[in-house]
Amino acid sequence: MSKSRNLALGAILSALAAPVAAEPLGLGRPALPGEVTAWDVSVLPDGTGLPEGSGDVLTGEEVFAEKCSSCHGEFAEGLDSWPVLAGGEGTLTDRRPVKTVGSYWPYLSTLFDYIHRSMPFGAAQTVSVDETYAITAFLLYSNGLVEDDYVLSKANFLEVELPNADGFYADDRPEAEYALFRGEPCMADCAAEVKVTKRAAELNVTPEDPDGRPAGSLPDLRTAAAETAAPEAPAAEVTAGDAAPASAEAPVEAPTAADPALIAAGESVFKKCSACHKVGEDAKNGVGPTLNGVVDGPAAHEEKFKYSKALLDKAEEGLVWDEAALGAFLENPKRYLKGTKMSFPGLKKEEDRTAIIAYLASLPK
Amino acid sequence: MTDEPRSGTSRRGFLRTSALAGAGLAAGATAARAEAADPLITEVQDWASAFGDPVDATPYGMPIRFESHVVRRNVSWLTESPVSSINFTPIHALEGTITPQGCAFERHHSGAIEMSKQDYRLMINGLVDRPLVFTFEDLLRFPRASTTAFLECAANGGMEWAGAQLEGCQFTQGMIHNMEYVGVPLRVLLEEAGVQPEGKWIYAEGADASSNGRSMPLEKAMDDVIVAFFANGEALRKEHGYPVRLVVPGWEGNMWIKWLRRIGVYDQAVESREETSKYTDLMPDGRARKWTWVMDAKSVITAPSPQVPIRHGKGPLVITGLAWSGNGAISRVDVSTDGGKNWQTARLTGDSKPKALVRFHLDIDWDGEEMMLQSRAIDETGYVQPTKDALREIRGLNNVYHNNGIQTWWVKADGEVENVEVA
Repeated sequence: MSKSRNLALGAILSALAAPVAAEPLGLGRPALPGEVTAWDVSVLPDGTGLPEGSGDVLTGEEVFAEKCSSCHGEFAEGLDSWPVLAGGEGTLTDRRPVKTVGSYWPYLSTLFDYIHRSMPFGAAQTVSVDETYAITAFLLYSNGLVEDDYVLSKANFLEVELPNADGFYADDRPEAEYALFRGEPCMADCAAEVKVTKRAAELNVTPEDPDGRPAGSLPDLRTAAAETAAPEAPAAEVTAGDAAPASAEAPVEAPTAADPALIAAGESVFKKCSACHKVGEDAKNGVGPTLNGVVDGPAAHEEKFKYSKALLDKAEEGLVWDEAALGAFLENPKRYLKGTKMSFPGLKKEEDRTAIIAYLASLPK
Repeated sequence: MTDEPRSGTSRRGFLRTSALAGAGLAAGATAARAEAADPLITEVQDWASAFGDPVDATPYGMPIRFESHVVRRNVSWLTESPVSSINFTPIHALEGTITPQGCAFERHHSGAIEMSKQDYRLMINGLVDRPLVFTFEDLLRFPRASTTAFLECAANGGMEWAGAQLEGCQFTQGMIHNMEYVGVPLRVLLEEAGVQPEGKWIYAEGADASSNGRSMPLEKAMDDVIVAFFANGEALRKEHGYPVRLVVPGWEGNMWIKWLRRIGVYDQAVESREETSKYTDLMPDGRARKWTWVMDAKSVITAPSPQVPIRHGKGPLVITGLAWSGNGAISRVDVSTDGGKNWQTARLTGDSKPKALVRFHLDIDWDGEEMMLQSRAIDETGYVQPTKDALREIRGLNNVYHNNGIQTWWVKADGEVENVEVA
């Protein structure tokens, strides 16, 4: 036994790049076919891995509206800064190129693969194979590449060639650049005059510390330490990975005798929601409505937000987002409210739900 | 000296006064002469008399509170969602070359997931003789390798392509960290499964919801790639892929798959979203380079820099910085104080290892005049870090990734520092 181990070690130590037949250690176990099917969902440009199925543009439009449009927009135009998926043809040489499925992506397989394995954002692997074909067909349609009666299937998948299929070439820096940048560089009198041409200060987009300096500036060692150092860490347990140094500006106006540690924990959990929901004084509706005053308020409280019909119906019936209702919704949004636009899969841990509700309740109304 | 009312001088009050005096000093004299005895020396301080913390006060220690500014920071306007986003290593505040895990920058595509060693599985499948599943315990039984390597996001400096934009090397060059990894060479695992002759590419994918995945040629996979489970002597942190991540020395960070769950062996590249739609480099003719894996030689002066102004006035000044190359070891770093007109060679402090950060220092006697600080790295292939203008001349303004151009810091006479471009 120790002999084969030494053999394997010898194989590692040898620097050969080509695969050599090293003696296996016999570790691990055979992957079962069902396991491979479950995890290997890759679809390659030549169609390797493409599952049986099909989907049409109109079905795709419906599924897209339900599962994708909250970020990508109903016409794949992209809301806020979320990815634009359609249009952009002819812009790749512009100062602001619009890189979409139609204008930039080289392979249709990539689109199918990505939707099926990684989308929707926050609820990955919930799109069925046929739905994936349908969404893919819809995006071809959105990009003007097929008509509205188009049906995409495994059978005709490879017939589709995206417009920018030939727009890529393998890294040529070694040939195109390296020769230019090699050689003994100039050491003295390399330029006549040096002038400032661009200043970051003019853009003024750097995060700042409260004193107006770039965030994270080192403290002045000539001022008293007590004035620059953060206070001792609060007694509340902060979970690892949440090292956000924001505790100094925690909301002062907590209306009730809420537990600050719970509110802080809820603020941390809320990061999962903050992509779509804004809170605080200047909050505006985004992908989701603002949530100021949502706790113990009537459902669908944001007049300017376009809620799902499902939620509007509930609001009509007098739904109030008390702790119980909000908790149930957040545990499993789609089960609590069939037809909700919120694609978030839910908070499985009760402590997370309790914390986030405490945080939302602590916000000014 | 007798006119100093000793009883009324609190320590804090003294320090405030001396801060003012210090500010005055910065403009003029070099060696400061104490006007009054320093109470920090002449008075018995609390810490010199009473107990400090007992052992076990912090079973796993965090930095002392006076270092609370040394943290990862993000630029919130860069991305729509903090779970698909990036933050920046405080390289301006660090020295040496090893990045502590707790402040090493993070990039997630769907948030940092929590996975236990018990729940961990790694699958190798595709064009192999024996498709296999490994547990974490299995991985611990393979012979181990160790390497120190930098991980740089391909987009490090991406916001600076079109001009100087952010104040501070944390934000302009901070999508980088450097750690010592221990794990199993990927080559050993691939040999355990037996790669078939048609297998030319591997595809590594993560267990998180983004299922981030990248293809790489088999040659690289068999060369220096490590399936790592230790970093800087301890388990990987959650945000760096606990319990297992891929280490791909010299190549862009997006390929260092975290929460590694599967290695597929194929006869071609998968051409995933992260290697077509993203992480490809748009050139001026509207076509794009793909498979731009290597991170070219680069360097930056970490101090002085916008977050580290010179507060001590003229006289002895330590200029310190980092250099690295994905093509090998750094052989030399030059520093200019006049915007690239004249250069002097800096001292490499410590070993220069291939595909790892190296520290450089230049100790100067600052005359208190304005400086345009630059550094340029030269690696063992003879590649000299280019100017941004030289890169833009070839690549235009839409390239986004792989900005390894020379950084300029404009040091003012008052010691404040600005991020600028010069020509």
